[in-house]
Amino acid sequence: MSTFTLSCPVPRVARDHVSLGHGSGGKLSAELMREVFLPAFRNDTLERLEDQATLSIGNTRIAMTTDSFVVKPLFFPGGDIGSLAVHGTVNDLAMGGATPLFLSVAYIIEEGLPMDTLRRITESLGRAAAACGVQVVTGDTKVVDKGSGDGLFINSTGLGVMPEGVNLSAGRARPGDAVILSGFIGDHGVAILAEREGLEFESPVQSDSAPLHTLVQDMLRTTHAIRCMRDPTRGGVSSSLNEIAAQSRVGIELHEEAIPIREEVRGACEMLGLDPLYVANEGKLLAIVDPAIADELVAVMREHPLGRDARRIGTVKTSDPGWVTLRTLLGTTRIVDMLAGDQLPRIC
Amino acid sequence: MRYIDEYRDPKIAQALVDRIHARVTKPWVLMEICGGQTHTLMRYGIDELIPSQVELVHGPGCPVCVTPIEVVDKAVEIASRPDVIFVSYGDMLRVPGTKSDLFRVKAMGGDVRIAYSPMEAVKIAQSNPTRKVVFFGIGFETTAPANAMAVWKARELGLKNFSELVSHVLVPPAIRLLLNSPHNRVQGFIAPGHVCTIMGYWQYKGLVEEFRVPIVVGGFEPVDLLEAILMLVTQLEAGQAKVENQYGRSVDYQGNGPAQMLVEEVFEVADRKWRGIGAIPASGLRLRPEFAAYDAEKIFGVEAMEAAEPPECISALVLQGLKKPVDCPAFACQCTPEHPLGAPMVSNEGACAAYYQYRRHAASMVCVS
Amino acid sequence: MCLAVPGKLVETQSISDSRLGVVQFGGIKRSVFLDFVPEAQVGDYVLVHVGFAISRLDEEEAHRTYELLEHIGMLETEDPAFQGESTVSAAVGAIRADDAIH
Repeated sequence: MSTFTLSCPVPRVARDHVSLGHGSGGKLSAELMREVFLPAFRNDTLERLEDQATLSIGNTRIAMTTDSFVVKPLFFPGGDIGSLAVHGTVNDLAMGGATPLFLSVAYIIEEGLPMDTLRRITESLGRAAAACGVQVVTGDTKVVDKGSGDGLFINSTGLGVMPEGVNLSAGRARPGDAVILSGFIGDHGVAILAEREGLEFESPVQSDSAPLHTLVQDMLRTTHAIRCMRDPTRGGVSSSLNEIAAQSRVGIELHEEAIPIREEVRGACEMLGLDPLYVANEGKLLAIVDPAIADELVAVMREHPLGRDARRIGTVKTSDPGWVTLRTLLGTTRIVDMLAGDQLPRIC
Repeated sequence: MRYIDEYRDPKIAQALVDRIHARVTKPWVLMEICGGQTHTLMRYGIDELIPSQVELVHGPGCPVCVTPIEVVDKAVEIASRPDVIFVSYGDMLRVPGTKSDLFRVKAMGGDVRIAYSPMEAVKIAQSNPTRKVVFFGIGFETTAPANAMAVWKARELGLKNFSELVSHVLVPPAIRLLLNSPHNRVQGFIAPGHVCTIMGYWQYKGLVEEFRVPIVVGGFEPVDLLEAILMLVTQLEAGQAKVENQYGRSVDYQGNGPAQMLVEEVFEVADRKWRGIGAIPASGLRLRPEFAAYDAEKIFGVEAMEAAEPPECISALVLQGLKKPVDCPAFACQCTPEHPLGAPMVSNEGACAAYYQYRRHAASMVCVS
Repeated sequence: MCLAVPGKLVETQSISDSRLGVVQFGGIKRSVFLDFVPEAQVGDYVLVHVGFAISRLDEEEAHRTYELLEHIGMLETEDPAFQGESTVSAAVGAIRADDAIH
């Protein structure tokens, strides 16, 4: 037998085509950002890689964000692509502490989409915007050949105003900080999957799609000792926390028994071999805060309908910088790695 | 959740850990066969809880990892054809073939779909009579009955557009190969509980008698694996070598009769190449000649496709339990889940993926490239 | 790939030659083929793999084993040598040479 050399000569498949994994919010997405987008669009604001961009125009600080929605199916328990578009964009602004004011809405419609579907989605979008106190002030419509789209894609850009003294950033987490989660995870991803796969629930799981800006406002009224906030959408809690750990160069340790998951969501995840830490949420937020005010903040969050199940799930540490770790039920520690590709495609 | 939560109880787990510590007086090398078991061990850090004298090495129980490169190439070839809907278990999508993988075929416009059950592929065939539907039938003995049922039902329904690309592997021949290898260090095995749910554990009696190595059938939750480890260590410390069954709630001696019968009707034993290990005689399953009309290899003329298996790949050493993933210089450097060099990094149950996902912060690595 | 999940059989139906069932996994239900578990009845727990029930869980066996394990768990916590933080080091430190476990 020949001696084994320790290099594996299996050829590496060249990454010369975009795959679904590039849109999943995990490592491949980050790779795309690093290798294709940042080099082309060099500027300080973009390089901060926050969920929204804070811009100064004269003496006013404006927050701007853009988001595209390609969820399949268009209608799901707890929402539709229209309301999702509003909530998603509003939340991106809210995570920076901004007050959302205006939205643009651009439709890319596939030829043949029933007019009734378009109407229902648009009405839902309008209702969601009104409920958030934001106005849809500009938009665009394109129609593509049948087969070139998937019913409907929506892009939305949001503008808001950044209040004085608010300076949230994924780079501000410090060892000792508390990690707070606003409620049950995995609802949205599982609701979408259930719709697609025909999973039957005893009590159907609804998407948690909701606008978080009023919850955020309550939180900011209580304290400014919040370092940053993220809404864990694609890639779940894991992606958001991994981004923060990387940008702040800290470790983040979570406690398995503290993480709130609905029984139905757990069942679906067990059955399909999914880890809820990677499943998308559309109405939850993570906040990294000064530990001194953590308990008070959780109490304030629980007064808000979208924060009833808020709790502390972990701590920022100096050890294992750049990594998110989980203290398991058995007391051992493992890492919560960033998703490589796709757990569930077309989730938001 | 019943039958899951109880077997994750931290108090019971700790008690078993304590017992293992109390029992062990010498170093022992144990191997768990199934990738799902490897995953649990890594995920719960069980290897960190047991005494350091008990070394766990990870066996080739990941059917995705051991699927030969040429089978992946055949899948890619078939899936690339415009009239084909290629349906596969999700795990196979990113396994690298010689030049491509199913994910890439999908990215380039191929109709590649993920299914949770082979019966979904049968349904797809029924709803798409003008397209050829091919199901990628891989797996160990656990999955063979389901894959067999898909072919059986397709025949019952008179479907003319359904076929399976079959690449099944069997566990006992792999254990025999490992035990026969001059490099073997494994002194006790945890047999895969779900394979044994189908097959029973009668097959291990012969192995245990011939090689005098204890084998315990184990489940997949932390308490199951700790109990199985305790049972193995107890035998080893007492100089015993017998087959025991930890997973009694699901496994019995004979196994699942109806499932075995169907597998016997649809498949026959064949020689098979295991990626990273080589050819093992009588270690796989293929469709019987009566089911030739459902055999994708024959229908698409890919039977003769071969691929060069690089003999020096470290996947072989990892799959045989001779090296740990962290021993590979490419681990987490050139070889990551996004850019996998070998199958154990891609499959959810592969040892490399498990280490990468749960452990790599602890490994001190200097990337040389 | 060997992912098999236990669930409770809550419904059965015969459709042509197949026996199908509905299995409940902690709050969600899924349609499952019962061809390999002809003996399974409503109320039984089954193990499901890729849409097929592959075994009927032996409740008595599970109960017996579980009680034994629970007993071990309780024994350990009652033992003064194992009081306090149950970490690996504590356990190792508390091992008694004459531990008569068989």
